[in-house]
Amino acid sequence: MTGGRVAGAVLLAAVLAAAAAPLLAAQNPFDLAHLDLMDSLLPPGSPGFPLGSDGQGRDVLSAILYGARLSFLVGGLAVGLAALLGMPAGLVAGYAGGWTDALLMRLADAQLAFPAVLVALLIDGAARALLARGRAEALAVPVLVLAIGLGRWPQFARVVRGAARLARGRDYVAAARLAGVGGGRILFAHVAPNALGPAGVLFTLSLGLAVLDEATLSFLGVGLPPTRPSLGTLIRVGTEYVLSGQWWTVVFPALALAVPVLAVNLLGDALRAARR
Amino acid sequence: MSRLLLTRLLEAVPVLLISAAAAFALGQVAGDPLAALGLDASAAQRAAAAARLGLDAPLPEQYLRFLWAALHGDFGFSIRLARPVGALLLERLPATVELAGAAFLVALAAGIPAGMLAALHPRGLAARAVMAVSLLGVSLPTFLTGTLLILLFAATLRWLPSFGRGEVVALGGWSTGLLTGSGRLALILPALTLGAFQAALLLRLVADGMRGALASGHVRFARARGLPPRLIRRHALRHALVPVLAAFGMQLGLLVAFSIVTEQVFQWPGIGLLLVQSIAAADVPVMTAYLVLTSVLFVALSLLADLLALAVDPRLRQGRGG
Repeated sequence: MTGGRVAGAVLLAAVLAAAAAPLLAAQNPFDLAHLDLMDSLLPPGSPGFPLGSDGQGRDVLSAILYGARLSFLVGGLAVGLAALLGMPAGLVAGYAGGWTDALLMRLADAQLAFPAVLVALLIDGAARALLARGRAEALAVPVLVLAIGLGRWPQFARVVRGAARLARGRDYVAAARLAGVGGGRILFAHVAPNALGPAGVLFTLSLGLAVLDEATLSFLGVGLPPTRPSLGTLIRVGTEYVLSGQWWTVVFPALALAVPVLAVNLLGDALRAARR
Repeated sequence: MSRLLLTRLLEAVPVLLISAAAAFALGQVAGDPLAALGLDASAAQRAAAAARLGLDAPLPEQYLRFLWAALHGDFGFSIRLARPVGALLLERLPATVELAGAAFLVALAAGIPAGMLAALHPRGLAARAVMAVSLLGVSLPTFLTGTLLILLFAATLRWLPSFGRGEVVALGGWSTGLLTGSGRLALILPALTLGAFQAALLLRLVADGMRGALASGHVRFARARGLPPRLIRRHALRHALVPVLAAFGMQLGLLVAFSIVTEQVFQWPGIGLLLVQSIAAADVPVMTAYLVLTSVLFVALSLLADLLALAVDPRLRQGRGG
């Protein structure tokens, strides 16, 4: 459990630092008035630029803090959306059974045949085709949340369905039914509280995966635009300088992405061990 | 055995039909071919064009027509490149197949021995190091592994190329990079990148399965009979491979998905890079064709995994299930 505590502390620190980005960052990396091209590509340790600066003279540390804020925001909202879609679907499928169950689970299985990040990529692509170019950029955050959230709902539906099926057969549900409680009330008051617990571990692990999904899409150039960079966008822009030796534009954003995700994975393992 | 295979085949049909429907819907919502006529076209001209293109037919009929064309490899023309999509994909497919194949070999060669090591000597220093590296391997996204490898081997040491496929040789309709020196050199970093995640995953699966197998009755019995450790390991590995094969069939799908990322990192001219470029340009026909192609590929791969599981586990063949 100590490993889990350390991981939790690291994660909390990362989220707090990202949330407090405007207070902690030395400059606002989106404000062009604060940027000076003369400061571009300074190595780490330069005065005012502890982790160096990028090609636009942006402080890498400030860009990471603001970028992490966007990455965590998109990841968190996307998992919230996935849970919001998947958990009711799983509850209804598990409790109702029959053709509702068959229909919902066939749909979930069909989607589970594809990796979540590929589904997110295709939904993102469809949204881009629907929206005009300028609007796609302005709506990048909601589109990403939608794409990643829709990519991950089946996992929540599957887990909650299994738990709901178990709860359905329990005596307290039979007792409620005998007492004349309506179907909807049984579902929400008796089945749901006992079926949603197992989704907690999935929620934690999905947070790390969703942040990686966002980073992957942004790295592929179909996520957040360079004018509002997330960690994935920062890494993509940074790779342009790798071959000319400015390693700090890639390595520090990469660490800022990998360490919290590693912490989430460790925390998820610890939670799973604790539930056994 | 044949019943299991038949069930799997029947299960594959709805998956294929749903993903084909999703691909068809993608083409329906994004892009109206009649818009190309412009605002001046009269209602009669629009109706004539719709009739000529078959757009006046009811949607189910259009869907069936789409399925029929897809069966013949006809996905229309790419908006971005103005060429038939089927030919584009065929041209790019060899690069992706060679990359995925090489990555698969990397994963097998690294994952199975390392997983056995971790399970056989769980307290040893090597095993602990292997497990720690594998946790890092499943936590690092593919594009980071690739970028870090470029930073080390291409930018710093200058041993290997950082992009492209090197020189390729055409064999019939198949372009291969395996026959030239520069082609083989260019394959190393992308294959390592794509294989690393799979190797880490395979390692954890093998280690888990081996631990279970070593504790099971038949292995303890073999040990009690005094069989040499080499034979005991073989008994245990065969037992451990069954769940590995089942899970790995699913993971092969991830290999295709992450080949998109790897191809972007190394500008590898395969179908993944084509997809990313098409999404950025909102080129819907290519996206549609990619979706259909990959769903067929995923279904075929998971069938292949089932067949392999049958070959390894005699219990499945006798219909007793495992």
